[in-house]
Amino acid sequence: MTAEAPPDTLTIAQRAVSLATAAGASEAEALVSADAAQLTRFANSEIHQNVAETNGSLNLRVAIGKRVGVASSNRLDDDGLRRLAETAVAIARNSAELEDWGGLPEPTPIADQPAGWSEATAGATPEGRAEGVRAVIAAADAVGVRAFGSFSTSAEHVAVANSHGVRAAQRRTAGQLLSVMMDPDGGSGYAEQAGVDIGAIDAEVVGREAATKARATDNPVAVEPGDWTVVLEEYAVVDLLSMLAYMGFSALAVQEERSFAEPGRVIGSELVTIVDDASEPGAMPMAFDYEGVAKQRVVLVERGVCRDVVWDAQTAARGGRQSTGHGLPAPNPYGPFPLNMVMSPGTTDRDALVGEMERGLLVTRFHYTNPVHPKLAIVTGMTRDGTFLVEGGRIAGPVRNLRFTQSYLAALAGTVAVGSERRTIRGDFGGVLVPPVRIDGWTFTGATEH
Amino acid sequence: MRDLSQRSLDTAVQLGASYADVRVVHRREESIAVKSGRVEGVASGESEGFGVRVIVDGGWGFASSSVVTAAEADRVAAEAVRIARASATALRERVRLDDRPPARGTYETPIEEDPFAVPLEEKIGYLLAADEAARSVKGVAFTEARFEAQRELRTFAATDGSWTEQTFTHVGAGVEANAIEGDEHQRRSYPDADGGTFTAAGYEYVRGLDLAGRAGPLAEECVALLSAPQCPSGRFTIVLDPSQLYMQVHESCGHPTELDRVFGTEASYAGTSFLTTDKLDDGFRYGSDLVTIVADATAPRGMGTFGWDDEGVAAQAVPLVRDGRFVGYLTSRETAPRIGRQSGGAMRADGWNRIPLIRMTNINLLPRPGMSLDDIVADTDDGLYLASNRSWSIDDRRLNFQFATEVAYEIKGGKKGRLFKNPTYTGITYEFWRSMDAVGDESSYVMLGTPNCGKGEPGQGAHVGHGCSGARFRDVQVGVGKW
Repeated sequence: MTAEAPPDTLTIAQRAVSLATAAGASEAEALVSADAAQLTRFANSEIHQNVAETNGSLNLRVAIGKRVGVASSNRLDDDGLRRLAETAVAIARNSAELEDWGGLPEPTPIADQPAGWSEATAGATPEGRAEGVRAVIAAADAVGVRAFGSFSTSAEHVAVANSHGVRAAQRRTAGQLLSVMMDPDGGSGYAEQAGVDIGAIDAEVVGREAATKARATDNPVAVEPGDWTVVLEEYAVVDLLSMLAYMGFSALAVQEERSFAEPGRVIGSELVTIVDDASEPGAMPMAFDYEGVAKQRVVLVERGVCRDVVWDAQTAARGGRQSTGHGLPAPNPYGPFPLNMVMSPGTTDRDALVGEMERGLLVTRFHYTNPVHPKLAIVTGMTRDGTFLVEGGRIAGPVRNLRFTQSYLAALAGTVAVGSERRTIRGDFGGVLVPPVRIDGWTFTGATEH
Repeated sequence: MRDLSQRSLDTAVQLGASYADVRVVHRREESIAVKSGRVEGVASGESEGFGVRVIVDGGWGFASSSVVTAAEADRVAAEAVRIARASATALRERVRLDDRPPARGTYETPIEEDPFAVPLEEKIGYLLAADEAARSVKGVAFTEARFEAQRELRTFAATDGSWTEQTFTHVGAGVEANAIEGDEHQRRSYPDADGGTFTAAGYEYVRGLDLAGRAGPLAEECVALLSAPQCPSGRFTIVLDPSQLYMQVHESCGHPTELDRVFGTEASYAGTSFLTTDKLDDGFRYGSDLVTIVADATAPRGMGTFGWDDEGVAAQAVPLVRDGRFVGYLTSRETAPRIGRQSGGAMRADGWNRIPLIRMTNINLLPRPGMSLDDIVADTDDGLYLASNRSWSIDDRRLNFQFATEVAYEIKGGKKGRLFKNPTYTGITYEFWRSMDAVGDESSYVMLGTPNCGKGEPGQGAHVGHGCSGARFRDVQVGVGKW
C-alpha cells in the first residue's frame, strides 16, 4: 500500500507549455510539483495527530504580449491540462497590460544537486517516525517531563518548463524532528534537528537536549526588562535571518524603497557575514528557483557591509540585472526571496559565548515575532522554552520569558561574538544554517508570567 | 463523491477502523493584485482531493490524496489505518468522541452576486480606480489594491451515517497607500492591509466597500503621517477602532479559548493557554462586566459561519465570556467530554489534505446599548484613538501581547485631533480586558475577520470572523521600544 511512483513532472510541464502556446499564449511557463509529505505529531508524551498527503499541482503562467495570467490546478491529466491552459490564456486576454513586463526567463545552466535528496527520507514510514517519537518520549520519561513535538518527512519532485526553452527538474527531501518539553514546575525546553536525510537525525539526542533544558528551567524568576547582553542559540538566530529576509533582502523591497538594504551600507559588525547559498548541503539545497532559473550564491552581508539582495526575473528586468534564481511561484506580490540563508561561523566556541559574558541572558528561541517597523527592521516577539540569567560567565538560573522590541539591524551591529559551530534549522522560509551569537544591547520591553 | 466517500469508509472499517470520516473538497480561487497602477497578478486556482480520518486501536490516522478515484480511495483508507496503528504504539489514552446525532443536510453561503461571474475586466477596473485614487496624492510612494474570492464545495461522510454537503463563498478586497521618506515608511489601508477585509458574501460586499471613494483621503492621511510626531510613550486611555479591536479579540480571546491548546496539543508550535480548565470551574474574571464574547458559527457574513463543522457537529453560538466571566471554550468531539460538555462545533480543516483542528468560528465581542463609538470618544477627556492593525504578537500562553497600529489620533476634550505615527501598545490579556470601561453599540458593529489564521503542523490557514464595535480601555502602556 505505497503511493504510486511520482508522475514525470517535466513531461507534464512541457505538455502544459505546448497546450498554452497552442491556445494563443505568446509565452508560457509551467511549474509542476508532485510531493508526498507525512507528519507524526505528539503531545503529553503520546502521538495525537498523524497525517500523510499525496499531491500534485501545476502552476501555469502565460503572457499574451504584455498581458499576463496565471492559473493553477491539481488535475494533471490531459483534460485538466487543456482546461488549465484555456483558463490561463483567457485570464491573460482579459487582463490589463503590465507595461514593464520583462518576459519569462531564458534558460540558464543548471547544476545537478544530489545533496538535496535522501532515499531514507523518501522511504520514511509511519512506523519509523513513531519509533523516533518513542525515543523522544523515553528521554522525557527519564527525567519526569512531558514531551510535545513533531517528526515530519517529505519528498518532492519539481519541474519548470517555459516557451523560451527552460527545462529544469529536481527532487528534494526534507526531514525535521522537533520537541518542546514541559515539566510540572514551569520549566520548558526545546530541541530540533533538521536536514535532507532523516538518517542523520538522532531522536535520542533531540529528546535529551529538550528534556535537560526543561528540567533546568524549573521555577524561573523574574528579571527586569531593559538593555541586556544576550547569547542567542541557533534556534533564535534563525529568526534574525528570516525576518531580515522578509523585510529587506528582496529586490522588490528595494525597488519599492521599503528596504533597509543598499550596497555599501554598514548594517552589522565585522563578525557578520550572511549569504544565500542553495548549494550548501546544510541549507536544504535547491538547484533552481520556481521560475526555472539556476540558483546563484548571493552575498547579502559581508563583514557587516550590505552587498546585494536577491532577484527574480521581473525585478531583474526592472532593475537592469539578471535573475539570481530567487523567484517564487507566480503570481508573487512579495517579490524574490532568499530560501537558503547561511551565516558564516565565527571563532568562539559554544562555552565561551556564555563564559565570556559578565552579565546577560541566554535565549533558546523566540516566539511569535512580527515586524513593527520594517524599514527600521524593528521586530517584537517573546523568548520561549529556555531563558537563563548568566552572571560571571556562568548560568545563574532560569528566568521568566521577556518581550523584546528590537531593531534587527541594531542587533547585527551589536554582534560581538559568533559561534564556531553551526546547525541546520528548518525556518519559516526554508533551510537555514546558523551559528549561535552574542549581542550587546538587546532591548527587552516587557515580561510575562512564566 | 458519495460513492468515493462510502468506499473509503468501507475500506477503513474492513481494515480495522472503529470510526472513520471522509471529506471531499473542491476549492476554487481567484485573485487580482494591482500595484502602483500595474496589474501585477491575475490568477485562478483549483484544487480537489479527499482526506480520510480513522481511529484504530484508539489512535488517530489520516491520509489524503489529490487523485480522486476508487482505487486511490482504497489506498488512502489503508494508509490512514496503517498510520493509526503506528499512532497506537505511542498512546497513553485511547481516543474517545462525544455522541452526536448523525449530521445530514446542506448549507450554502447566502450571496447576491456571484464573484466569479463578474467580468474580470470589471474587477480589474474597480481596483485600478482605487489604486489611481490613492496614487494621485502627492507624496505617495507606492499603492496596492487587491481582490480575492474563494468558493469551496465540501462533503462530509462518517461511519455513523453522516452526510453533509456545504458550499462556501468568501470574498475580500482592500486598498493601501504607502509613503516613504528616509528611514520612515508609513502605510494606511482600507478596510485592512494585506488584501483587505474578507467576509462570507458575494461581490455585492466588494462593491459596497467603495474603495475608490475611500482611497484618496486615506492616502492623504498616509502622507501626513510622515511628518506627524512619534506616538508618545506612557500610560494612556485608548479607544480601539474595530479595525484594530478585532485583532485584539482574535489573539487574546479567540486563541486562548481553544481547548486543544489548553490540553497542550498545540504546544510544540503555537503554544498553550493561560485559560486552564480550573479557571472555567472558578468563573475566572477575564474582563470587566462589559465584556461578553461569543463564538457564533451562525453569524451573518462571518467567515466562520457554516452548517456543520468538519466532524459533523451543527453550527451553534457558544458563550466564551459572559459579563466579564470566563464561561466556555472552543471545543471538539474529542476534547469536550474531558470538561463534561458536548462539542461546540469548532473543528475546521484547511482543505482536503489537512485534519480538522479546533479553530475559531466567529469570535464576536458583543455590542451594548448605551454609547455609540462617537459617544465614547466624546466621553474621553484625554486619550488616543488607535486604528488599523499593523503588527501583532502574543506570548506562548496568550498573556503578554503587543500590537502596532497604522495610526493614532489624539483625543482631547472628547474630540479626535492630531495624528501620531508608529503607535504601539502592550499589556497582559486579562488586565487589559478588565480595564475596558466602554463598548460601542450596534451602530458601529461590523463583521471583520482574517483569511490567514495560522495553526497546526503541518501548517493550516483558517478563515475566521470577528464582530465588534469599538471599545475603550484605561491605563494602557503605549509607545514601546526605542524610536
